Amino acid sequence: MIWDNAFAISIIPMLLKGLWVTIQLTLLGTLIAAVLGLVAAVIRRLNIPVVSPLVSFMVIFIRGTPLLIQAYVAFFVLPIYGISFNAFTTGVVIIGINYSAYMAEVYRSGIQGVSVGQWEAATALSLPTVRTWCRVILPQAVRTVIPMLGNYLIQMFKDSAVLSAITVVELMATAQSIGTSTYRYLEPLTMAGALFLLVSYPASRLVNKLERRYAPKQ
Amino acid sequence: MSAIIDYAPLLWQGLMTTILVAVLSGALCLLVAFSMGLARLSPHWIIRWPAGVFVEVFRGTSLIVQMFWFFYALPFFGIQLHPLTAAVLALGLNEGAYAAEVVRGAISSRAKGQTEAGIALGMSPGLRLRRILIPQSIPAMLPPFGNVMVDLLKNTSLVSLVTVTDLTFRAQMIRSTTGETAAVFLTILVMYFLLSVLLTLLTQWMEKRYALDRRALAVQRKALRQESRGDKVGAL
Repeated sequence: MIWDNAFAISIIPMLLKGLWVTIQLTLLGTLIAAVLGLVAAVIRRLNIPVVSPLVSFMVIFIRGTPLLIQAYVAFFVLPIYGISFNAFTTGVVIIGINYSAYMAEVYRSGIQGVSVGQWEAATALSLPTVRTWCRVILPQAVRTVIPMLGNYLIQMFKDSAVLSAITVVELMATAQSIGTSTYRYLEPLTMAGALFLLVSYPASRLVNKLERRYAPKQ
Repeated sequence: MSAIIDYAPLLWQGLMTTILVAVLSGALCLLVAFSMGLARLSPHWIIRWPAGVFVEVFRGTSLIVQMFWFFYALPFFGIQLHPLTAAVLALGLNEGAYAAEVVRGAISSRAKGQTEAGIALGMSPGLRLRRILIPQSIPAMLPPFGNVMVDLLKNTSLVSLVTVTDLTFRAQMIRSTTGETAAVFLTILVMYFLLSVLLTLLTQWMEKRYALDRRALAVQRKALRQESRGDKVGAL
């Protein structure tokens, strides 16, 4: 018998524990990415000398390099300079920073989508810059990008498996360690895949629905 | 930094493997993209449905899970794949599933009149697809395809986890022998960055080259030139 059902059932609790870590990783990572991405998008838009081009370059650089190598750098290189966290924290921060580069682009398109009239109205009312951003531009910009952020959340959920390479014990690492300790890889890996699908498929359906609801009316 | 220069040949070999993996899985990705993307547009549920399951399964689970599955789980069915084969298969199928959605989206968003005109001219469905719908969809497909390819390139770093000796794998080797962690990782970080910039530039060039209106312009110009020379324009 290739597939051992009893074994498969016996590892479910461990895998669910791993799934919970994956979900925590994703939620915290998304939080970091959403905030950092917004900051990066606003800085780029403000056109501050030196700072804005630097942020732009960071965004392009992060988007152009693999998450795995970024995680390796954070996990292996930073401790040499005395900066070290546990694997989970490093993982959350790295995946958050990685996705903030993508989210910055999403926010940028959202900010660009706010009509010029809104800027002009804010200027005409002589609103201070901070009020213009916080009360006029961002509320409109963020609304349109919420579904896109949802897509990135799902993408991050799947991508977080990469962090198993820096010893974050999430779903993938759990499946792998069950495999190495029992010499049976088929069940843990298949079930890990199934769990990923079980969460991400309904989630993407939900985001699609949101997308249709929040889509700007033509 | 001197360690990097000493070990440059090793990094070079790794780079070549990375490029090999990227090219092979890129080719598989395109193959999967068109076959699955077109299958999902099929009017027969028996073709459409399996393609839909394929795309959702490969997009819904992590690439790294798929790669490990091909490498560690397939042997339980008696199929022992070479690490490179398993890696290319996982990468190509995974990114192909994303690209299939690009193909489907681009073709299904073509103006309906194009299909109707094809029918009116008595073209068979295959001919309509080959001569009208696909060529028109290519410009719309190129930018998202470029994104998929950059993604694929970056994801080749994961093949090091199934013991393919790519750039990342070589870097880990050099790191463990020399201890020059920072220099090695920063070097390959820059190498990956340059590769993806190169790929982005290539996509942008192709976008310009295959832009629809530019092509129309070129045809018009050619026609004008021939007219002014008094040649026959009837062929156009």
